Amino acid sequence: MGDDDGTAGADAPAATRTLSPRPRTAVLGAGHTGPVIARVALAAGYPVSIAASGDPANIALITEVLAPGAQARWAPDAVADAGIVVLAIPLHRFPDLDPALLAGKLVVDTMNYWPPVDGVQELFDDPRHGSSEMVQRRLARSTVVKTLNHIGYHDLEDDRRPAGAPDRRALGVAGDDPAAVGTVADLIERVGYDAVRLDSLRAGRLLQPGGPVFGVPLGRTEFTRALARTHHTDRGSS
Amino acid sequence: MTSAPSADPVRPAAFPLVLGLDTFGDVTHDADDRPVSHARTIRDIVEQGVLAEQVGVDFFGIGEHHTDDFPLSAADVVLGAIAARTSRIRLGSAVTVLSSDDPVRVFQRYSTLDAVSGGRAEVILGRGSSVDSFPLFGYDLADYEQLFEEKAQLFAELRKGGPVTWKGTMRAPLHEQDVVPHTESGPFPAWIGVGGNPQSVIRAARYDYALMLAIIGGSPARFAPFSRLFHQARTQLGRDPLPIGVHSPGHVAATDEQARAEFFPRYQEVIRRVARTRGFAVPTRESFLREVGPHGALYVGSPETVARKIAANLPLLGANRFEMKYGMGGLSHGALMSAIELYGTQVIPRVRELLS
Repeated sequence: MGDDDGTAGADAPAATRTLSPRPRTAVLGAGHTGPVIARVALAAGYPVSIAASGDPANIALITEVLAPGAQARWAPDAVADAGIVVLAIPLHRFPDLDPALLAGKLVVDTMNYWPPVDGVQELFDDPRHGSSEMVQRRLARSTVVKTLNHIGYHDLEDDRRPAGAPDRRALGVAGDDPAAVGTVADLIERVGYDAVRLDSLRAGRLLQPGGPVFGVPLGRTEFTRALARTHHTDRGSS
Repeated sequence: MTSAPSADPVRPAAFPLVLGLDTFGDVTHDADDRPVSHARTIRDIVEQGVLAEQVGVDFFGIGEHHTDDFPLSAADVVLGAIAARTSRIRLGSAVTVLSSDDPVRVFQRYSTLDAVSGGRAEVILGRGSSVDSFPLFGYDLADYEQLFEEKAQLFAELRKGGPVTWKGTMRAPLHEQDVVPHTESGPFPAWIGVGGNPQSVIRAARYDYALMLAIIGGSPARFAPFSRLFHQARTQLGRDPLPIGVHSPGHVAATDEQARAEFFPRYQEVIRRVARTRGFAVPTRESFLREVGPHGALYVGSPETVARKIAANLPLLGANRFEMKYGMGGLSHGALMSAIELYGTQVIPRVRELLS
């Protein structure tokens, strides 16, 4: 993808002209998704740390081969100097995570509650709340933003496009804190997607498995329309 | 941002080229497009395995599943039946769901298959995309990683032969335990199937398993880094290189048009059914055509089209082995037999020619 600064000219949508600086991004998780997220964030110009549950030596080779340029670190070190912390672990590992580790941080929740694939988990098996709302409840001292959960980790790299490209995909960015949503939306834009902002984690339920945009490649207009249609239907039926 | 095929292959193939077929035992349909019985499906698979040998296929693999659509829960029994009617083709699982099985029993079943077949058994271990075996056998999906880690380690010990001493948390310990039957000529080949988790790649390297890349969607090129990771991990461990294989879905017919016309509606229907429970998108004609093209994961077309795609992707992935997962719920036994014949008599010789 490279640096997008050259493209943020007259053709770019207004939102991309006022992008924030690129804070250090810590990716927690070196499984399916972590290295891919690290790679696209690096390509977008973000400094990236990557951490798994233990000794960084265990993920040094994975980092070197799959996300060259990222630093493999202990999780507390990676989080300490990060402006954005991306949770790229399976949701069933989330209860093992110490909320104190993430206190005061902007946390991107890319996880999904997906019982047919990962099994039923009591903490999340409550239809009244979205999975990111439960994550926020547990990470009470962090600011949670939901995104990247509804695109396949393997597509995340291939489907990037420069701003203004006719086939650029949209990704939803949902959160209760507008400034945090803005920071993450900038990351999404720079990686190569149109960020569609949703003004609450509650609204972010629309991005979940079974929802109208989950796994579906859509441009900004269709994406927004699909969300609006479902939102409307939900209201009408309740 | 299409991933450009890397100009430098991961590594020249140091192992002999192996071209095989895998099936998940999808239930076939009869002439009236009605599903045949499970028993009939299983007998048909025996015939398919026998034909695979006759037309020159190197390997025949059966993937463990536990559903009405895929009734192949005891693959090794079916492989034993094929072994009794063949003499050359290698036979194995694709995959064995090791996490919800007992490594001792898996070893016993496949060393028995090795005996029955005269040393032709192999095993590919993994989770597969099917999770039905977990509740069936009383395992918790949340324990998946630990189950697989421990059992892959134990199975690696069992494979070496000789008495095994092992202790873990997910299974009773073993002390100087002799596990029979002993294999005749050393360990049979064992692989770990990987769908995109780099930690599984490292694990395969550490426990001396060969690497099977399961590429079922998207650009095969994006798996090339996993091959590099595997080779570098082996090098770091100071161990010899091991083979790398590719498993992908496909269907062969006389022409591209015929293969697509036969395959697409079945593929769409099968994914539609899975998508309902898993919440992901149903393939469209457009996404299907992307997958059958040069940057997609499906090997659907005429023998020439399929052979060219295999020959292009193996060097790109540093792989010496290709297993086409044939069959898709709803295709007929006849269409599958025809695909196997074309794969053996036309695709395989053409791939060998292109790669020679």
